Amino acid sequence: MTETVLGWWGVPLAILGGAIRASTPYLFVSLGECLTEKSGRTNLGQEGNLVLGAMTAYAVSYLSGSPWLGVLAAGATGMLLGLLHAWVCQFKKVNDIAVGIALMLFGIGVAFFFGKPYIQPTAPHLPAIGFGNWSDIPQVRAALEINVLFLFGLLLAPLLSWVLSSTRWGLMLRTVGDSSDAADALGFSVNRVRMVATMIGGFLAGVGGAFLSLYYPGSWNEGLSSGQGLIAVALVVFARWDPMRCLYAALLFGGAGALGPALQSVGFSSGYYLFNAAPYVLTLLLMIATCSPQRTLTGVPGELSITK
Amino acid sequence: MKALALVAAMESLLIPLLALLLSLGIFGVFLLAVDNDPFGVFYSMYRGGFGSSFSWRNTLERAAPLMLTALCTALPARLGLIMIGGEGALVVGGIAAASIGLSLNGNAPWLVMVAMVLAAAVSGGLWIASTGWLKHYRGVNETITSLLFNYIAIALLNHLITGPMRDPQSLNKPATLPIGSANMLTDIPELGVHWGLAFGLVLCLLYYLIFQHTTLGFAVRIIGGNIRTAKIVGLPVGRLTVMTCFFAGAAAGLAGMIEVAAIHGTANGSLAAGYGYAGILVAFLARQNPLTVIPVAILLGGISASAGLLQRSHHLPDATVFILQGIIFIVILLSETLYGRLKLLCDERSRT
Repeated sequence: MTETVLGWWGVPLAILGGAIRASTPYLFVSLGECLTEKSGRTNLGQEGNLVLGAMTAYAVSYLSGSPWLGVLAAGATGMLLGLLHAWVCQFKKVNDIAVGIALMLFGIGVAFFFGKPYIQPTAPHLPAIGFGNWSDIPQVRAALEINVLFLFGLLLAPLLSWVLSSTRWGLMLRTVGDSSDAADALGFSVNRVRMVATMIGGFLAGVGGAFLSLYYPGSWNEGLSSGQGLIAVALVVFARWDPMRCLYAALLFGGAGALGPALQSVGFSSGYYLFNAAPYVLTLLLMIATCSPQRTLTGVPGELSITK
Repeated sequence: MKALALVAAMESLLIPLLALLLSLGIFGVFLLAVDNDPFGVFYSMYRGGFGSSFSWRNTLERAAPLMLTALCTALPARLGLIMIGGEGALVVGGIAAASIGLSLNGNAPWLVMVAMVLAAAVSGGLWIASTGWLKHYRGVNETITSLLFNYIAIALLNHLITGPMRDPQSLNKPATLPIGSANMLTDIPELGVHWGLAFGLVLCLLYYLIFQHTTLGFAVRIIGGNIRTAKIVGLPVGRLTVMTCFFAGAAAGLAGMIEVAAIHGTANGSLAAGYGYAGILVAFLARQNPLTVIPVAILLGGISASAGLLQRSHHLPDATVFILQGIIFIVILLSETLYGRLKLLCDERSRT
């Protein structure tokens, strides 16, 4: 056993590796949700997009033999659910948070309905690049085996940041998110901007789901996500609607999620399930620490219902 | 004025009914798309949920926890909060009931029962009250908090039933020791449905009276209507928020106690069977009215009771019911936009 070579040093290493590995779905969902929330809508249906994306990606990858086709299909289903969310929410008196909950249940239902036949078979996985191949220690290699999707996410965060801050489209999106009256007065179509933002958000959440089923954990089953999409939504609040901060927060949460398995790998297995709760507890503590009833958060889009 | 009240009553009856019919229509198209006969499936749903005394019993036993978890969303909704922590409060209530039932085992059954009821109600109540507290005093969004609490509750349950509280005999499906047949909730005589149903009915009625017909309920509605007004007129907003959330969580906690003491006999993974999430749908469908929760819970209990029959006679997976629930949920929320549009008999001003 090489585990003895590293001993307890395996824990931080496994957490680092886990942070990179497990952060990808958080990263994609939170970047997507960041965009959606910047436009003034909250989409809690991201959890449904994540689960349905995971199922779709797995099924398409299995049937077509191409994992990348699976990723695209997952994004497309997320986009469709995003479109549905945006379409329903454009009517007066319709509450976007409640619609998100409904779409979460609906997306999960659809995923379970069509996903039954794909629990058993093995689908082709997404490729990874071994950045740790210089090392002889298997744990180092395992920790630095980085999936291509994570690299995409790594590029996407600054790109999104730039789009939001420096492009015409980003300015329009932020205007719609801060004051729909002002956007109306400027002649922007509030609903259309929000629809596009929610659809892109759904697309990214679907891609995040594809990572779950096609790389890590790397199979499709009904307990695959267990709330990661919702954690990602909370993470956006914590990241104060800034794509770069979403990236750091996603890494932090990935690391927290890797705590349980990392401790188990060095033989510390009691309280395994409690350590699994680490990301939820962390989210909660961070929300408590960063929110305040007296002042509004910095960077919060003015039209957002979730912070009111 | 009478005509106005009539229109409002018709609206709140007609619109949900139309939404239900439309949902069934969409679901029917979905069934056609996956090569199934919609009318056959609808008939099976009726038979599986309401067709015989056996299916009625099954339906009512599912409706009982649904009523209670629906209250967990319906009461905070009066404050203007979207609370979706019913699943977690149910799990916590179940854990509390099982622990108390196990530690008091051997005492008089009525004493154990009272203790289990109290433990479940208080623990579930505190669980949701803390999300209400966080909302009011720390400004943390209650929807996200209550959802996180669900996952924390389930992690706690998994920890306890695989570790400290595990019955060594439960191999494939970890569970606590059984609370003992003497401590189980019995059936209501003649009806053949456990007493949990009575808990659900009584609590719905009680909460309806409190929140619709007392000054306390009125104060809560003022907070939900306009929190600034509530503060200006000097209502103790924080205390009322926490208290209402406590009542809400207590109901869901009781649902957990019922699941333990009437169905499973132990606390195990089946506690998190989705009653909390279906309860959210019940609450929205009932338009957050505790009294309307009763028939809606029975309706949705019937739909979920028919899942077995759908699987056997139409080869439809369990998730079919989730899809139908999701469709109903979306259409119901969409229908919210229709309220106040029946302007034939009344104008906007007098309606509000």
